[in-house]
Amino acid sequence: MYPLTHLQRLEAESLHIMREVVAECENPVMLYSIGKDSSVMLHLAMKAFYPAKPPFRLLHVDTTWKFREMIAFRDETVRKLGLELLVHINQEGVARGVGPFTHGSSVHTDIMKTQGLKQALDQYGFDAAFGGARRDEEKSRAKERIFSFRSAQHRWDPKRQRPELWHSYNTRIHKGESLRVFPLSNWTELDIWQYIHQQNIPIVPLYLAAPRPVVRRGGTLIMVDDDRMPLEPGEKPEMKMVRFRTLGCYPLTGAIESTATTLPEVIQEMLLATSSEREGRMIDHDSSASMEKKKQEGYF
Amino acid sequence: MSHSSDLIATDILGYLKSHEHKSLLRFITCGSVDDGKSTLIGRLLYESKLVYEDQLAALEADSKKVGTQGDQIDFALLVDGLAAEREQGITIDVAYRFFSTEKRKFIVADTPGHEQYTRNMVTGASTADLAIILIDARKGVLTQTRRHSYIVSLLGIQHVVVAINKMDLVDYSQERYDEIVASYHEFAAQIGLKGIVCVPLSALRGDNMITASEALPWYTGPSLLEHLENVVVEEDLQGLPFRLPVQWVNRPNSDFRGFAGLIASGRVVPGDRLRALPSGKEALVARIVTQDGDLPSAGAGQSITLTLDREIDVSRGDVLVAADHPAGVADQFQATVIWMHEEAMLPGRPYLLKIGTRTVSATITSPKYKVNVNTLEHLAAKQLELNEIGVCNINLDRSIAFDPYTENRETGGFILIDKLSNDTVGAGLLQFALRRADNIHWQALDVNRQARAAQKGQKACVLWFTGLSGSGKSTIANLVEKQLHALGRHTYLLDGDNVRHGLNKDLGFTDADRVENIRRIGEVSRLMVDAGLIVLTSFISPFRSERRMARELLAADEFIEVFIDTPLEEAERRDPKGLYKKARRGELKHFTGIDSPYERPEHAEITIDTRELSAEQAAERIVSRLRESGIFETDYNSALAAL
Repeated sequence: MYPLTHLQRLEAESLHIMREVVAECENPVMLYSIGKDSSVMLHLAMKAFYPAKPPFRLLHVDTTWKFREMIAFRDETVRKLGLELLVHINQEGVARGVGPFTHGSSVHTDIMKTQGLKQALDQYGFDAAFGGARRDEEKSRAKERIFSFRSAQHRWDPKRQRPELWHSYNTRIHKGESLRVFPLSNWTELDIWQYIHQQNIPIVPLYLAAPRPVVRRGGTLIMVDDDRMPLEPGEKPEMKMVRFRTLGCYPLTGAIESTATTLPEVIQEMLLATSSEREGRMIDHDSSASMEKKKQEGYF
Repeated sequence: MSHSSDLIATDILGYLKSHEHKSLLRFITCGSVDDGKSTLIGRLLYESKLVYEDQLAALEADSKKVGTQGDQIDFALLVDGLAAEREQGITIDVAYRFFSTEKRKFIVADTPGHEQYTRNMVTGASTADLAIILIDARKGVLTQTRRHSYIVSLLGIQHVVVAINKMDLVDYSQERYDEIVASYHEFAAQIGLKGIVCVPLSALRGDNMITASEALPWYTGPSLLEHLENVVVEEDLQGLPFRLPVQWVNRPNSDFRGFAGLIASGRVVPGDRLRALPSGKEALVARIVTQDGDLPSAGAGQSITLTLDREIDVSRGDVLVAADHPAGVADQFQATVIWMHEEAMLPGRPYLLKIGTRTVSATITSPKYKVNVNTLEHLAAKQLELNEIGVCNINLDRSIAFDPYTENRETGGFILIDKLSNDTVGAGLLQFALRRADNIHWQALDVNRQARAAQKGQKACVLWFTGLSGSGKSTIANLVEKQLHALGRHTYLLDGDNVRHGLNKDLGFTDADRVENIRRIGEVSRLMVDAGLIVLTSFISPFRSERRMARELLAADEFIEVFIDTPLEEAERRDPKGLYKKARRGELKHFTGIDSPYERPEHAEITIDTRELSAEQAAERIVSRLRESGIFETDYNSALAAL
């Protein structure tokens, strides 16, 4: 048993963080985005409170543009685990017809994701929300706290973040303020994949390579997941062996060509890869500080 | 990722298997941008192949735009974070970086070296197993090196690597390296820092970073990465007595009652006898429950759920401890406090104190002293400002289980939270309990100071003589005591002769020791006043804050400050013991008036100008002032009533 492996230490830390939130916060929720990080986070939650069920609900902010396989996986997962899932859709955005093709990625993400998330948190009065973000994802996240303090307007203020010492987390907030809590802060992408492999955690099949209909746009392979995707003149989806390194709204998530049909093969490809994970996620491309700006506005 | 590409390509399952056994090392890097700290971390990330091509492309572009290395890649840019900071060219917070090798995963707490950011360094150090202290080989051990080392030692990091960087700029000189190593060891011994390994390197050129460098043939020790991969840290916590701060009581149904938490130290197996603190109830461990099945044993660093063989009252915030090696229980402590907020620490204001999983209300006394983190001197302080470190007493509204921080970081470290703003405003390290919580409180004794003084027919007080060496304090104080004695008063004279040679013989003449000297004299004076005596103290007592500290130990009319005002030239001219001459020759350090300041009293009750009065006249003037102020009159009736 001793010494502990790095995955054991990471797991123990994540369990501790989740229990601390449940013990100290009144109305926590777990943001469930269906991706691999969410899958690990949910798996850890099942462990943290065993033999009880996790004493909080899951929340999915549905932009209505997620891959269909993601939604199917989501519904199957909560059914199997016997958990309660809240699905929130920004109805104002729907009414205005907001989508990535008509409004562009940043407007779509802001209205359907960021605003949708704020609406849901306000509507249910959650005082703490677990998210699956990791510090290794992006430079500005390297300094993010595990317990990230948000104002009543959900704003992230780099100056008001609290120092975190030992395993002591300050969870105290005023009414209306909230915490975003990141139990996977110290995990890396490789840790996540290794843990999924070791623990045999179910993931959305989109992470594995399969023949899928895609079109190439601006150097990125976009999967034609439903008929809402407007095709340019002469553009024809072709079947390619592709997989996804991250999952989001299908029009905003680039696929990579791959033959990795098993998890070890995916890890193998990743270890031999030469470009970073978020490359396939289009919202980061605007400018190098874009994630930071979004965070201040309340996008995770 | 410094992972063997061959194995990944040919046998991914074998690779994954072998990597399941990697351990984890958390370390902190201490140094400034100038020492090449960001470069060192950037280099570790780069060399461990954690930098992807797209990041490298961005890095090359950034290096040209804002880099400081000309056309070369500026590794420091890899680890710079928030946009505003990048523009300023300094990192201003704790950032966590990750890399891994065949043997280990590493979490690096990257904290800035700038003076203002003690807060960040303390934060980063609190979770580190090891610290890398960077020294610029050209500059050697600097003030900031001492500051960083002090904080590392304060926070109880057991493993220290002194990375002597920029060896390329001193021609890889062994002589220079040996010189720095010697001076560092000398300093480290002073602060009791142990477990030190020194490595000469050049982060910029990559010498001795990953593998042994040919440029440093005289160095036979491990490269930086080799050391980080092999240093053994896991046993540190496992060998301590078992401690489990209870986080959450798991009660899914009436048949199951489990206590969940992260094991802070030690090991546990079913059948172990545990004690719940502070209640003191005991029970045996029944099961160690996890979703993966019951465990035969568990140790520090694991998050588990325990069940006990009988129902005892345990709730969140309690600590389950080994019954044969229990933690202490107390509600008053001496602690080191690190202040982390712009709003200064206010003595007496109630703060929330969170230790482990327990949150209680706490008040903090004025600091006994604060530590100058650059010189390690103890200085008098009334409060603690942002980034200041001081030693204070802490009173809690209820008892807690604890270990001294030096024995156990997890059960001896705490954070302080402002009750109004909810901000984390400070952190602390418990040193020891001031008294056991189950002991009686201060007894309000029926025989009080008034009664004791009345029996002696006097009012107790302190005559606090202050002034330069050679001002005539002791001569005058002696004469005053003689006169009072002749008047039938009960007195005691505290001076260098009877204090420095006994009670305070462990103290020297540094500012810190002077502060402590005066503190003890103040406390002894208070006890003697309590005993009903008229106390005369004759010490230079050069600092206002210590005189104020002594004053505040007593009631307003019990402290009479007597300033023997002799100008420095006059005192030096008299020089009865030849001390000024010695000090001028540099044979006496920290001599008041020469190389240590004397702060003149601003509101002394009595001031004597010795150029106007002889010692005898001065003594008479003082005694008559005492008579005028009613010190010799005693209200027998009120004193008797108090009995």
